[in-house]
Amino acid sequence: MSFLQFLQNNWVELATLIKEHLVLVFVSILVAVVIGVPTGILLTRYRAWRGPVLGIANVMQTIPSLALFGFLIPLPFIGGIGTRTALVALVLYSLLPIIRNTVTGILGVEPSVREAAVAMGMTDGQVLRQVELPLAAGVIVTGIRVATVIAVGVTTIAAAVGAGGLGVYIFRGLRQYDNNLLLAGAVSAALLALAADFLLGLVERRFSYERARKRSRVKLHILVPAIVVLAIGGGIAFWYFANRPVTKNRIVVGSKDFTESVLLAEILAQLIEKGGATVERRFELGGNLPHEALMSGTLDVYPEYTGTSYTAILHHTPITDPIEVYNQVHSEYASKFNIEVSPPLGFENTFAILVRGDDARQLNLREISDVAPHAPKWRAGFGQDFMSRADGYPGFSKAYNLKFAEVREMDLSLTYIALSSKQVDLIAGNSTEGRIAQLDLIQLDDDRHYFPPYQAVYLMRRDTLAQSPQLQGAIGTLTFAISTEEMRQLNYEIDGNKRDLKEVVRTWLAKKGF
Amino acid sequence: MNDASDKPLVQFKNVNFSLSNNSIISDLNLTVERGETLVLLGESGCGKTTTLKLVNRLLLPTKGQVIVEGKPTSAWDPIALRRHIGYVIQEGGLFPHFSIARNVGLVPSLLGWGAAKIDERVRELLNLVGLDPARFAERYPRELSGGQRQRVGVARALAADPPLMLLDEPFGALDPLTRASLQHEFADLSRRLGKTAILVTHDVREALTLGRRIGLMHKGQLLLLETPEGFLNSNNPQARAYLDTLAVGGTA
Repeated sequence: MSFLQFLQNNWVELATLIKEHLVLVFVSILVAVVIGVPTGILLTRYRAWRGPVLGIANVMQTIPSLALFGFLIPLPFIGGIGTRTALVALVLYSLLPIIRNTVTGILGVEPSVREAAVAMGMTDGQVLRQVELPLAAGVIVTGIRVATVIAVGVTTIAAAVGAGGLGVYIFRGLRQYDNNLLLAGAVSAALLALAADFLLGLVERRFSYERARKRSRVKLHILVPAIVVLAIGGGIAFWYFANRPVTKNRIVVGSKDFTESVLLAEILAQLIEKGGATVERRFELGGNLPHEALMSGTLDVYPEYTGTSYTAILHHTPITDPIEVYNQVHSEYASKFNIEVSPPLGFENTFAILVRGDDARQLNLREISDVAPHAPKWRAGFGQDFMSRADGYPGFSKAYNLKFAEVREMDLSLTYIALSSKQVDLIAGNSTEGRIAQLDLIQLDDDRHYFPPYQAVYLMRRDTLAQSPQLQGAIGTLTFAISTEEMRQLNYEIDGNKRDLKEVVRTWLAKKGF
Repeated sequence: MNDASDKPLVQFKNVNFSLSNNSIISDLNLTVERGETLVLLGESGCGKTTTLKLVNRLLLPTKGQVIVEGKPTSAWDPIALRRHIGYVIQEGGLFPHFSIARNVGLVPSLLGWGAAKIDERVRELLNLVGLDPARFAERYPRELSGGQRQRVGVARALAADPPLMLLDEPFGALDPLTRASLQHEFADLSRRLGKTAILVTHDVREALTLGRRIGLMHKGQLLLLETPEGFLNSNNPQARAYLDTLAVGGTA
């Protein structure tokens, strides 16, 4: 699909994302100005506070944005996932340039001009309003301009906490190796940044007294409507965020930031909606955010894998018995977190040791043990994750006594292509990867039961489950309902055929008769 | 303030001023008569500008009192005091973002005059300092020459018709020809308006041209307070040193 075609097919969604992006930037900059400019003014009056406050603002800006979101998730009121958290983080990022430029601008006013103002009998407030602020306005607007351009960039990260914006396309594009998505997200964000920079540059020139000639009267006429528009826009945005309905009969469904997780979340969401309840979708959350969000009550349910819960959340050493893992996870989640683990959905997403179909047939390979004689001539390609984790490469090579001619560490998603194009001869992929069948790859049996089980389940809050017959019904329907092949096929529809996810889920549910 | 008209306008009584234990002014006693132009002469760092700032309460004395119209500055509301005193500094200290008219009309507008009254006063003052209101009122300071800006500075100080003017090296940054002509215009103006003025300079020629009395300051002390004639005949070594520079210049 060409980029232009992509735009034609997706412009409505793209426009929505741009709108979300703009609202996030606009509201956060507005709040940052309302906080930052007065703070800057106070700092010019109380010298002792200047170092500490600017220092804190400086540190805020150096915290990587994902880490900042991580800190915010568990906090009450300002935390959680979604728009509010994104706004808090964006405001914290925008404060520094605005405070700093307010201080610099005001302190940069000619001392003789300030002294003249005082000597003429201006009160401190008059000196500030009539002399210092007008003369510092250009520098302050520069600060706002810098903050805005930064905010347009940082807002792309907001997608990781489910706040929407162009980051949704960027993250999705990175995940699916879809250049159209990446391009649409990144180019739009860059264009927004340029446009914001240009427009605020115009405003900046308006405020710079060096250029003010007979325009000084006109300036007020522009300033006043600008403030009115800002105030109205801010008011509407505030009203919009403050009044979003929060009903009891609403299930918040979350997902992790990869296709399969989004698919499982969407399947559950559509089933709950069929049952008559409302669903709020908080998809594509990064890292351990879904777990944190489930604990804090901002999510009600999200799809997970038993092996991940067992090792990453409960910090146990990997074991290979699937029933033991499921039982352990089920009882510990209930006692430690008050979270219910659904029955297995019927498939596992575990590491799949893959070889080319040709090789498998020629060399008669079925199990991983069959590889040992060929390994010294073979090159292996593994993702960074597999190379580093406890149940990954080091234990694997020992368990099967494999010594490869070469082991390459590369991006997981690229290993499939590398294998089929004979760059490498063996990889550790995901068992549900959609491209396995399409590229004619064969999964070898884990005959020594090295890999821990990663059964797909839903994790949900027990209070929500008790109160929602729709959720109970949907979980019942999905128990042992999805096979590995079906999951592969679903993944392939999205990643390979680039079909619309909601549509794919709708078709699949219809086909299954759910 | 009329009841105070028999009292001296400004009086320094045993005034000391020090900044973090460095004495800037020590034991200053000085009375400024109504209608006179008193020039404080001295090299930079001698305390003459500090003396000015003590009058409009930009600074308060460490010891002693500065009395303005019978009331110590510490008892004045600083804002009211400053609006009551004209202030001219080098290069005018004009507000770069205000038009000439707004600069000149500043104190009247702070005092809450009506727009029409301010407008009329601005015209009157621009005419008084030799600037055509039609040409200059709507311009900005950076579009004017140094001499023109200085005229605007004087007009601004006169705007609310204050009984007292403070001038801090007002003609210091101008070229010699402009300076000479502005000095004469100012002498003429202060005679006509009967204003009391305290003017600070390091230029002995300016002191002799403008001052009815000259106070010579050195290291925070007032060494000498004399009429120009008395100053010319003084035997004070500091005063002689200043007068020698005139002899070298050969234009006394």
